[in-house]
Amino acid sequence: MTQADLLRDNRRWTTAMIVVLILSVGWTFLSRVPQAATVNGGPPPSPREGFSAPDFTLDLLGGGQVALSELRGKVVMVNLWASWCPPCRAEMPAIEKVYQAYRDRGLVVLAVNTTFQDNEADAAAFVQEFGLTFLIPLDRNGSVSKRYQLRGLPSTFFVDRNGIIRSVIIGGPMSEALIQSKVEELLKETP
Amino acid sequence: MLPFIRLGPFLLQLPGLVLLVGVWIGSALAEKEAERLKLSPADVYNLIFYGLVAGLIGARLAYAAQYLSAYLANPLSLFALTPATLSPNGGLVIGAAIATLFGWRKKMALRRTLDALAPGLAAFMIAFGVAHFLSGDAFGSSTKLPWAIYLWDDYRHPSQVYETLAALAAFAIVWKRPVDKPGDGVNFLLLVSLSAAARVFLEAFRGDSVIWLGGFRAAQVIGLLALAASLWLMRVWAQRESQSAQML
Repeated sequence: MTQADLLRDNRRWTTAMIVVLILSVGWTFLSRVPQAATVNGGPPPSPREGFSAPDFTLDLLGGGQVALSELRGKVVMVNLWASWCPPCRAEMPAIEKVYQAYRDRGLVVLAVNTTFQDNEADAAAFVQEFGLTFLIPLDRNGSVSKRYQLRGLPSTFFVDRNGIIRSVIIGGPMSEALIQSKVEELLKETP
Repeated sequence: MLPFIRLGPFLLQLPGLVLLVGVWIGSALAEKEAERLKLSPADVYNLIFYGLVAGLIGARLAYAAQYLSAYLANPLSLFALTPATLSPNGGLVIGAAIATLFGWRKKMALRRTLDALAPGLAAFMIAFGVAHFLSGDAFGSSTKLPWAIYLWDDYRHPSQVYETLAALAAFAIVWKRPVDKPGDGVNFLLLVSLSAAARVFLEAFRGDSVIWLGGFRAAQVIGLLALAASLWLMRVWAQRESQSAQML
């Protein structure tokens, strides 16, 4: 019997339809996600949306250290950049502008310089040139770039107050509206 | 997973490129099918074109409407080339509305037009699966099966491969046109029911499902509703077609 014949036979079609739907409902029921999987612990660390932001501790340009895990409760924008990268240069003024507008509401910008493929003197000159006021961690050995599976510069990770990556932007330059929209969305949320 | 290729200062987004190829092949197949179903291929092409353009513009406008103050302060950002500031749902609704309006103004027969679109849509869904594979999106849940792939710091079901294979199977069936009344809309509904059934089955292996109350996966529930509706409508449309054939 062809499908066309089956379609014209009302009784057989109804039976086939009911069998398919019962099997589908059963499968949907069986493949429910157990409550324990959604309640116990947060998502594992990985550099993509929906996962915990992989933790790191890095030295800062100008002295001191920063650990991502210590910023829990704040909205964090992790931006990986290099002084020789044209789109990084193009988007930094927009990042600074958004940072100035939202820092008092709990926005932290970690502009991680990929120092292993740049150098500290050029990074410092870059920061001075653009008058950047946010934190500049230095990824001297490339471990953070590797952990964040860096594929292109700039790369930006928007991390919510619970330490979950909510948006990833690879490449640039990002527009001011893009940065503002992503940051605003996360700042509205309560931890 | 290979989301980007660096070409000098540019990052070429491979998933986007694959989707573009999918649109191109899909449109060509829809035009060819339109000719077979005695519809104007130019009308079908224009319907797809206007729907896509309206969908793209609508997706950006819908996103901007959510963050109005940001876009009022920087209106030029509306033209930014990033897909991160597109609202997929907004784009889908606006694109479908404009395509429907176009079809209505051109007096295109609904069921015949849907049948003309079916093979093209099926081809696009293959491209969609490949794009997911390249980007690492729509990833699978953790597994220890021998064919697991290492993605996002874990061994996972190759859900993108499952999705692509299911789309290939759906394409093969729809392309063969197993229903012998061309233009009655049943071939399109067959594609919808096959895709919905595949989604209900394969969603169980996904690691990024949206979870609803009771642990139910949202895509499975929506897939179930789509499956029930398309199977029911298939029967209704086929019956109507055979009744009108008998009257003749």
